[in-house]
Amino acid sequence: MAEERILMDAAAIGRTLTRLSHEVVEKNKGTDGLCLLGVKRRGEIVAKRVCALIKKSYGEEIPCAGIDIGMYRDDLVSGYFVPDAEANRPGFAIDGKKVVLCDDVLHTGRTVRAAIEAIFDLGRPASVRLLVLVDRGGRQMPVCADLVGKNIPTSSSEFIDVRFEEIEGEDSLGIRRAE
Amino acid sequence: MLGKDLLGLLDTPAEDIMLILDTAVGMKKLLTQNLKKLPHLQGRTVTTLFYENSTRTRCSFELAAKYLGAGTVNISASSSSVQKGETLIDTGKTLDAMKNDVIVIRHPMGGAPRLLAKNVKASVINGGDGMNEHPTQALLDFYTMREKFGSFKGLKVAILGDIKHSRVAKSNLFGLTKLGAEVTMYSPATLMPQGIDKMGAKIARSREEALAGANVVMGLRIQLERMHGGLFPSLSEYAKYYGVSEEHLKYADKDCIVMHPGPVNRGVEFTTAVIDGENSEINEQVLNGVAVRMALLFLLCKNKQGGENA
Repeated sequence: MAEERILMDAAAIGRTLTRLSHEVVEKNKGTDGLCLLGVKRRGEIVAKRVCALIKKSYGEEIPCAGIDIGMYRDDLVSGYFVPDAEANRPGFAIDGKKVVLCDDVLHTGRTVRAAIEAIFDLGRPASVRLLVLVDRGGRQMPVCADLVGKNIPTSSSEFIDVRFEEIEGEDSLGIRRAE
Repeated sequence: MLGKDLLGLLDTPAEDIMLILDTAVGMKKLLTQNLKKLPHLQGRTVTTLFYENSTRTRCSFELAAKYLGAGTVNISASSSSVQKGETLIDTGKTLDAMKNDVIVIRHPMGGAPRLLAKNVKASVINGGDGMNEHPTQALLDFYTMREKFGSFKGLKVAILGDIKHSRVAKSNLFGLTKLGAEVTMYSPATLMPQGIDKMGAKIARSREEALAGANVVMGLRIQLERMHGGLFPSLSEYAKYYGVSEEHLKYADKDCIVMHPGPVNRGVEFTTAVIDGENSEINEQVLNGVAVRMALLFLLCKNKQGGENA
């Protein structure tokens, strides 16, 4: 495997998520009507972290859930595979809510497109904003993020690896070249 | 890999059977979560062409096709041009001309699906032909067995009932012997086809011998509609000497599963206590049937991506 360069350590990720949590509340002018939906699996972790940080700073518990986009991928037929998907049951109503869609890395924008379709199968939100920990560029869809943790322009031959405490046992973000 | 059609398990290699079962695992996971909207067969049409009655096979195929996004058409021989004398091949060519993609056929004559498959561009799936084969039923049986036991190697499968008239028994036998299971059959001598032992089945001499240590106890319906009298004295006598009750089930392995392709004659092949008992997988089989048929349609249409009517 090519050598990896660490771009964010645990402290940097912590600071960035803290800023993003304040920006969510700032943009919304409070926490009214907000809910967080994180794209499974790492986006769900981002959403939960942001949710906990908002609770810590503002004392408000915002509805937060993961969303599985497996059934909504645009390559099901072209790639011809059966998705390994979970049914979406966020446990709260989406109708009229101001949804903040969360993910770890924004790249082509295809995941976001699929997530928007998934959200609209759950109800009709008042708005959908996009929060990402990293925007690595390389968009193939007309999508842009409203809240960005860090801009990291990359080439398509590079990989961004996001590791979270909940999955890998450590928080860090690295970049490496393809072999 | 799977070709254009699925006509029977006699000429389907074990790898293809396993591919269908593996694909069905993903399908069942979606079904159990009530996720029933895949796009893979969008713009395709699946026709069920049934020259015999059916509830679950037809419904199962139709739902499987719909869950994959296909359009479906149902033709019953009793209400179609078959009544006006149209031949099977002509009916098939008519469907081809209408750009139909898959034909699921059930027919009272063994070999009818093969004749149709040779003459149409559409994929043909055998939904049961006479006393020959019923491959998708056997595939869902295999799925149910594998889900419960993990593997087929050394699995003891007892098949009891009307073997002679049963296409399910034959498809099960052809597939299970390829997969490494041991098949034991038991029925009145008049309902046991000659030469089945040469095809790999062990013929039991008593109900107890058939059930001894069995992991799977499969009952087959007594097909009165295919009998023309004299094969056994009465249903009640059949039930008494060949039916399986909870008492008889004690001869089988304690973790055995009870299976039946349906429709069940309650109190004939199995007592109601066995049908509704804790070993029974009969209802699970129905769900597995939809998953397996989705997998089959998914795989057959995979090879035809983008091609017109072919």
